[in-house]
Amino acid sequence: MKREYDVLVVGGGPGGAFAAKTFAEKGYSVLLTEKRPAIGAPVRCAEGVGKALMHEFFKPEDRWVAAEIEKANIIAPDGFKMELEPEKAGAEVGYVLHRKVFDRDLVWMAAGAGADIQVKTRAVTPIMEDGAVKGAILNQGGIAHEVRAGLTIAADGVESKFARWCGVDTTVPLREMETCAQYLMTGIDIDAHATEFYVGNNIAPGGYVWIFPKGDKTANVGIGVGGDRCKPGNRPIDYLNRFVARNFPNGKAIELIAGGVSICQPLPCTVANNLMIVGDAARVSDPLTGGGIYAALYTGKLAGDVGSMAIEKGDTSAQALMPYDETWRASYLGKALERNYQIKEVFVKLNDDDLNAIVHSVSKMNLSDFNTLNLIKNIIAANPKLAIKLGKAGLKSLLDSF
Amino acid sequence: MIEVHREICAYCGCCVSVCPEGALELVDAYLDIDTNTCKNCGICVRVCPLGALEAKK
Repeated sequence: MKREYDVLVVGGGPGGAFAAKTFAEKGYSVLLTEKRPAIGAPVRCAEGVGKALMHEFFKPEDRWVAAEIEKANIIAPDGFKMELEPEKAGAEVGYVLHRKVFDRDLVWMAAGAGADIQVKTRAVTPIMEDGAVKGAILNQGGIAHEVRAGLTIAADGVESKFARWCGVDTTVPLREMETCAQYLMTGIDIDAHATEFYVGNNIAPGGYVWIFPKGDKTANVGIGVGGDRCKPGNRPIDYLNRFVARNFPNGKAIELIAGGVSICQPLPCTVANNLMIVGDAARVSDPLTGGGIYAALYTGKLAGDVGSMAIEKGDTSAQALMPYDETWRASYLGKALERNYQIKEVFVKLNDDDLNAIVHSVSKMNLSDFNTLNLIKNIIAANPKLAIKLGKAGLKSLLDSF
Repeated sequence: MIEVHREICAYCGCCVSVCPEGALELVDAYLDIDTNTCKNCGICVRVCPLGALEAKK
């Protein structure tokens, strides 16, 4: 580990790895630090990603892919199952990854491109001088190392402590933190190519249960619950255990995964002087689906592209880094986050009657021209009473967002 | 003060993100609580997916 780098990347998930790879490929000296002893473990993810989105960056290696998904089923609180066929399921047709393998390969790529990697090395304090980030104090094996860098990338995931230490408020409101538990289960009878989503206030209040196949008779079975709906005896693990007892009494859990995903709006600003914030740390995980892999890859690479130009011009001030913030907000990602935030705000207020009505009415629709706006218009036309309630729940802002 | 039940905690970091004081830090496989900063508000206790945290008076 050198004492000085062009770029310091804090966090070795997909966002940090992709940023490090991008900077290293452009010839800059890069240090990527990961506080855990292993990249990709413990997993904190349901591991699903849209195929088309993934293909923006690469054709996935076979070893990354646990399962290819061809359709999605949504199960209403009354048990009614709606099937979304491939061409209608949009970005939900995708891959379920092996994050332990995928994440490690991304860091491997960054290392191959020339980045230095240090694991079990934690950034404990930013070096702040004249209102700008100048690197960080890293703790490795109990010893503090001062590493100076012209540009630092905060890619420290949902905790997002580094940017916070730099003066950016990254706190997630309780009601906008989705609290999650998941088992990797085997010996369960599932469709190996269909994802399933169970909604309902007794099943997963303010969230959903997911079944993401990872091969024959094996799947991530998990749940997200709104932070404000989490209570003793009714925590994600309790809901999950009840769901598993009901649906997979003979299944075997071979891994327990816990985690949190923010379902708030992105940080108001994702740059500061000599600092760029990417992925979950920037709160760019999808507020409706909870997905964050694509967002991390996209923002990580973009930070590498914009940051490299800024270094080249000799100006990494917040102002010079703003094109990063502006570009992702104007992108497909930024627009999807804004739209899905509005949908989420309505979704979390629906009772089970509303959810039943929506799932039943959608299943009867001709979805040959499937898009979210059409879907909502159709739902409203089919459910006049629901429309009034949705209006009270903020539907106007939802429609205005399209 | 907040007590961490280490036998339950799966060190996921969910609590870290909601702490209004920034008093929590996930250090690899354990949760560290800065008792000087913590105001005992209990938000972390509420959000924990596993019920690993407890507010003690």
